[in-house]
Amino acid sequence: MMKDKVRHLFDEPACATNQAKPSSERRAGCSKPLTPGAAAGGCAFDGAKIALQPVTDVAHLVHGPLACEGNSWDNRGSASSGPMLWRTSFTTDLAELDIVMGEGERKLYRAIREIATRYSPPAIFVYSTCVTALIGDDIEAVCKHATGKYGLPVIPINAPGFVGSKNLGNKLAGDALFERVMGTLEPEDIGPTDINVLGEFNLAGEFWQVKPLFEQLGIRIRASIPGDARYADIAAAHTARVNMVVCSTALVTLARKMRERWGMPFFEGSFYGISDTSDALRSAAALLVEQGGAPHLLDRAEALIVQEEAHAFAQLAPYRARLEGKRVLLNTGGVKSWSVVSALMEIGMEIVGTSVKKSTPEDKERIKALMRDDPHMFETMAPRDLYRMLADGEADIMLSGGRTQFIALKAKVPWLDINQERHHAYAGYDGMVELVRQIDLAIHNPVWAQVHAPAPWDADGNCFSPLPGGVSCPPIPGEASSSPIPMGERSAPEAPGEGAEDPAFAARHRRKFAGTRVDNTDPDFLAHHRKKFTSATGDDMGEC
Amino acid sequence: MTKVTPIQKAAAINPLKSSQPLGAALAFLGVEAAMPLFHGSQGCTSFALVLFVRHFKEAIPLQTTAMDEIATILGGADHLEEALLNLKARTNPKLIGVCTTALVETRGEDFDGDLAAIKEKRARELAGTEIVLTHTPDFDGAIEEGWTKAGTALIEGVVAREHPRRVVRERVNILPGWHLTVADLDLLRDTVESFGLEPVIVPDISGALDGTVPDRWIPTTYGGAPVEAIRELGRAAHTIAIGEHMRAPAHRLAEIAQVPFTLFESLSSLASADLFVTLLAQLSGRPVPAKIRRRRSQLEDALLDGHFFFAGKRVAIAAEPDQLYALASFFVGLGAEVAVAVTTTGHSPILAKVPAREVAVGDLGDFEDLAGNAGCDLLLAHSHGRQAAERLGLPLLRVGFPIFDRLGSQHRRTILYEGARDFVFEVANTLQAHQPAHAGEQLHPFKERGEHHDGHSQIAHH
Repeated sequence: MMKDKVRHLFDEPACATNQAKPSSERRAGCSKPLTPGAAAGGCAFDGAKIALQPVTDVAHLVHGPLACEGNSWDNRGSASSGPMLWRTSFTTDLAELDIVMGEGERKLYRAIREIATRYSPPAIFVYSTCVTALIGDDIEAVCKHATGKYGLPVIPINAPGFVGSKNLGNKLAGDALFERVMGTLEPEDIGPTDINVLGEFNLAGEFWQVKPLFEQLGIRIRASIPGDARYADIAAAHTARVNMVVCSTALVTLARKMRERWGMPFFEGSFYGISDTSDALRSAAALLVEQGGAPHLLDRAEALIVQEEAHAFAQLAPYRARLEGKRVLLNTGGVKSWSVVSALMEIGMEIVGTSVKKSTPEDKERIKALMRDDPHMFETMAPRDLYRMLADGEADIMLSGGRTQFIALKAKVPWLDINQERHHAYAGYDGMVELVRQIDLAIHNPVWAQVHAPAPWDADGNCFSPLPGGVSCPPIPGEASSSPIPMGERSAPEAPGEGAEDPAFAARHRRKFAGTRVDNTDPDFLAHHRKKFTSATGDDMGEC
Repeated sequence: MTKVTPIQKAAAINPLKSSQPLGAALAFLGVEAAMPLFHGSQGCTSFALVLFVRHFKEAIPLQTTAMDEIATILGGADHLEEALLNLKARTNPKLIGVCTTALVETRGEDFDGDLAAIKEKRARELAGTEIVLTHTPDFDGAIEEGWTKAGTALIEGVVAREHPRRVVRERVNILPGWHLTVADLDLLRDTVESFGLEPVIVPDISGALDGTVPDRWIPTTYGGAPVEAIRELGRAAHTIAIGEHMRAPAHRLAEIAQVPFTLFESLSSLASADLFVTLLAQLSGRPVPAKIRRRRSQLEDALLDGHFFFAGKRVAIAAEPDQLYALASFFVGLGAEVAVAVTTTGHSPILAKVPAREVAVGDLGDFEDLAGNAGCDLLLAHSHGRQAAERLGLPLLRVGFPIFDRLGSQHRRTILYEGARDFVFEVANTLQAHQPAHAGEQLHPFKERGEHHDGHSQIAHH
């Protein structure tokens, strides 16, 4: 049963990658057999949980032993405008005896009862996990029974970890919403310009940077799924006119099925980057007009786009002087990079490489067109190569997710988090300005001058004499006790001891680095540096 | 050069300063078997004592000459003499540190002459007790100045004049600023000792105010720099002074005993710690021990991990000059901006180097106003800053004196690799604990353009 479902989910007519494959391979979808010992990334349960957890007023109950929930809860930066129940962690925490004695279902039922009576949520999502799937707990039956008994929807999310990858889990979660939640509520205020946004997680609250743009055009967000969603929004999502799919790899299947069942067209788009944001507004307006909305919506959208793009570029302009010529390495994973690439190039930054792991062929073409000379696109880069590239000074900053964070930091290269745990909102026009501001702060942080200054001693702890930078130490009084130094010595302000804290000194230092780049052209220095790195922090690399 | 602006107003609102004699008494508390004595009315001592107790959570030896109405009119020399004799008889201290107060300084007596006369007249009774005097009227200076004057008085009054100078090659004098904690002094001692050198710290509050439980009642300080060690300060190979306000004592010691000195304006940065360690390596002729090298690497990593939390943040700092300089430099070095800097007194040359647009000489009322107007993310001040923090809705990191509503302030390290590392974490954690909630209003694209946005009201910002 699960096997059929997985095959069905992977055979995705709306997925360009899938459709590009020969028909024989198409049904196998994007499920690749994992390589034991060389696999990375989360499981299907992880994917399902990620896709649904940001639904704010639902109790998310994980049926399994502790690790699945206990090791992963409260780890995402989605934001809620109201209910906080989504951040409360619920798990049945199955113990050995529960499993041996087959107590799982009973415990699950009791857990549902406790949650229903104590929290009275509008719904409970029950996630299966490897162990409870393996021992054959019938969560469908338990949920069905509990739904009747407690008078609230208890929705089984059947995506145990072993069935596949995180991406599959996203799809299974979307399928659960489609099959069991959507269409169960008929709102009274159905409007001609309602849209849903699928695959938007409201990380750091960033959907709030774009939602008012839609509202300005009179477009209402019926449901943003899952970011800042409420159960009732999703239950009524079928009444919207148009779907926008933000993270297409996660929820495009859901959009396609909604089109089939409710005749709701969808478009794919992104809120990262100025032109992408504009395109999203434009496409939403166009599809709504196609669906019978008032045609003047198109003109209003264009007017808003002109106004907001001008505003954004005006805000970006002051950064040009500070960031022009700075080299960026984008290692982005999920974010469609071309739009960000184009905005960064707009202010004169140089892109020395970009990952295209999750980019569509179309995106790749756009990147190629943008970066005429030498589009350094890569699927993935081994940590070792990444470290080499950064330590050799081939980039001034890396934008990536947390997993490669410490490769950059250990190479002492500025790094900016653009993944799901970040604290800053980067969506829409303002988000792009914020991203550039953060890049500016990261690159120009005086901390780099501090950490680039090598220790004033060699590998055996013998101090360099004289100190690097021409600093002299005070004379050491010898036997001659008459050493006539009545005025004493002091570390003069030009000495690093004090100078490093002086902004002027830091600036000088930065200039020195920028000009000579001692640290990345001198092979001896590099070799020494790398050696130091491997010996001191080898363990940290192991994880990446 | 940073502009230093005195705030012009009559009423100090929520004072930032503690008085000068309190700073001097604190220095004398860093001498073993010592007894600070305020030459003034009873209240001068009592208020300082209570503040000390609230900060250190210790019994504090501090006495008073208890100037009364008659003595105030006729002169206080008798009270001083009586107090000295009583203290000697009752507690037999090794050192009595006399700190004058505003009352007696306003009256204006020849205290040095009085004291010299008393010492001569009572030589037999007072034998075995060093008595030093320092002029610390409350109406001038603050803790920093008081500490400096007491440190200088100890050197002038106690250090032996030896000719020719005998040098103990391993010996290094450390003259710490008042803002160093007990943990800082312990760390300095360990670091110096790890090079095979012998540190002599003066004043050394780490023995007296480090929160231990002695097994008997001791009326004087029960630890600190022994008087004998102070007497021999001239024999050290080198003096290390920490903080601009320790220049005067170090300079005086160099004049009296020809000990060369190195002054560190701050020890709270990677670069200054490097210089300190290098100096020790050169003084000792030994390589830098592996454990210290490892600490440096840990600080580097802390700087890398922590700088995200500092970048672009605006902080407001209220502290005495040297501490203000050390803190401000630290924050600026990690990409933060010192939006507000308030200090106690405007005389220190270090103020010109504080990396801020302006340093205001003012009080916590000014601090609150300035921080409120400047739009800050973090406040740094002593415990009395808590009201400002509450009203402004900002986190307060407690630094300086007094810290009476948190325990363990003396066991926080603030200098060298460890101290800087700890401080990076403390600041980052404080900021993380006070993250502003992601709010729709703040992220609203039209928020600052005075545009009214219509559209539907199904909006989720409640």
